[in-house]
Amino acid sequence: MPDWLQLMLNSLGPLIWAAFTFTAPLTLLSFGLGLALGLATALVRLFGAAPLVAVARFYVWVIRGTPLLVQLFLIFYGLPSAGITLDAFPAALIGFTLNIGAYTSEIIRAVIASVPRGQWEAAYSVGMSWAQAMRKTILPQAARTAVPPLSNTFISLVKDTSLAAAITVPELFQSAQRIVAVTYEPLILYVEVALIYLALSSVLSAVQVRLERRLNRYGGFLEARA
Amino acid sequence: MIELRDIHKRFGDLEVLKGVSLQFVEGSVSALVGPSGGGKSTLLRCINLLETPTSGTVRIGDEALTFSPGLKAGWKNIQRLRRQTGMVFQNFQLFPHRTAKENVTEGLVTVLGWSREKANARAIELLEKVGLAHKADAWPSTLSGGQQQRVAIARALAPSPRVLLCDEPTSALDPELAEEVVEVLASLAREGTTMVMATHDLRLASRIAGEVAFLDGGLIVEQGTARSVFDQPQRERTKRFLASLAAASGAN
Repeated sequence: MPDWLQLMLNSLGPLIWAAFTFTAPLTLLSFGLGLALGLATALVRLFGAAPLVAVARFYVWVIRGTPLLVQLFLIFYGLPSAGITLDAFPAALIGFTLNIGAYTSEIIRAVIASVPRGQWEAAYSVGMSWAQAMRKTILPQAARTAVPPLSNTFISLVKDTSLAAAITVPELFQSAQRIVAVTYEPLILYVEVALIYLALSSVLSAVQVRLERRLNRYGGFLEARA
Repeated sequence: MIELRDIHKRFGDLEVLKGVSLQFVEGSVSALVGPSGGGKSTLLRCINLLETPTSGTVRIGDEALTFSPGLKAGWKNIQRLRRQTGMVFQNFQLFPHRTAKENVTEGLVTVLGWSREKANARAIELLEKVGLAHKADAWPSTLSGGQQQRVAIARALAPSPRVLLCDEPTSALDPELAEEVVEVLASLAREGTTMVMATHDLRLASRIAGEVAFLDGGLIVEQGTARSVFDQPQRERTKRFLASLAAASGAN
């Protein structure tokens, strides 16, 4: 067996372990929480009172307008100077959640607005309240439209979690760096780590296809055609 | 009794309804006819408060609500009144993510808290009535326009509303498909379902409506029995409108 292959195989265990214990939890948790934050932000932007809308817009503006890496540094290295010290993982989780919340809020806002007004009226006409209409009629239809753009965000997130290496989270990429520090084989290790990210993204793309197929079962068009 | 008293509706500077009063007797079928922009759809939508009147009173049976500018009606009050009504839309507006049967059960389960079983039985009964029991599990996107509208009628009737409101129920359909919808509405009329419809489909109106109100410019120009309004219109505006409709359908 050639040396490079031996090194790759030897590294695979620790790398996969890092992916399972840090990359995956960080991705899933921050996406779940970020999605909830994004939904709340979108609802405020669409239906909230003016002062709340201003807060929501400010939040999205700041997060989208500054680099994610800078945000992570601010939370992990900057906040201790203000008396707030966080461990690396919670700091990363907060950073990614805020980031996902801002980006997904724009997606969610758009897909909710894309459900035809007539669907609200139909829901109201059978007696539903605003909340019931939202939950039973609007969100299920919006969800279908949201799958492709949200999948984009999710797949980006998986890769962006590598930034957490910079604030000492021992996730997949940082594990590779540590192995490089010992073996001095950056080409081999970074190719390997790239392949692992590629594999993860491919699995997620496949999941997206299945999810879309499932959500599309009621017809190929966005609404029952008139 | 369904009663509208001195209904005004203003969209910004535009006054769409300029003080309309009408009564509909239970068990009767009434048609609101008139040119587009005349206010008939808006008036219909004021009955179930999809449009909130700027001022005036809406009464359905024992429930009444009076509106005046600057006064919020309150969600609870609006819903209490709205739940006395069922609505059929021009473009059907079925829930595309629900099957035909689920469209009918949605309100019963979500709003009235019926059990799934009881709601399903009611849905099947209503789908049979509109001749679509065999399509109970079909998605709306796989149904023809006429079938979708019949499901929409079943959905609107599910909670046994006091009045069925139909907003141009045949306008999005070709004559053949419109016919199957007219037949369903006609049989409902024979059973004594109270209906108010906004329409410019004269075939629909003359076949099933007992009472007709002609609206133009936000006012009632003429009203009476369908026979009197259609056969011997008194007002020049009504005559002109009916003549234009007759000419249009003659050309087809």
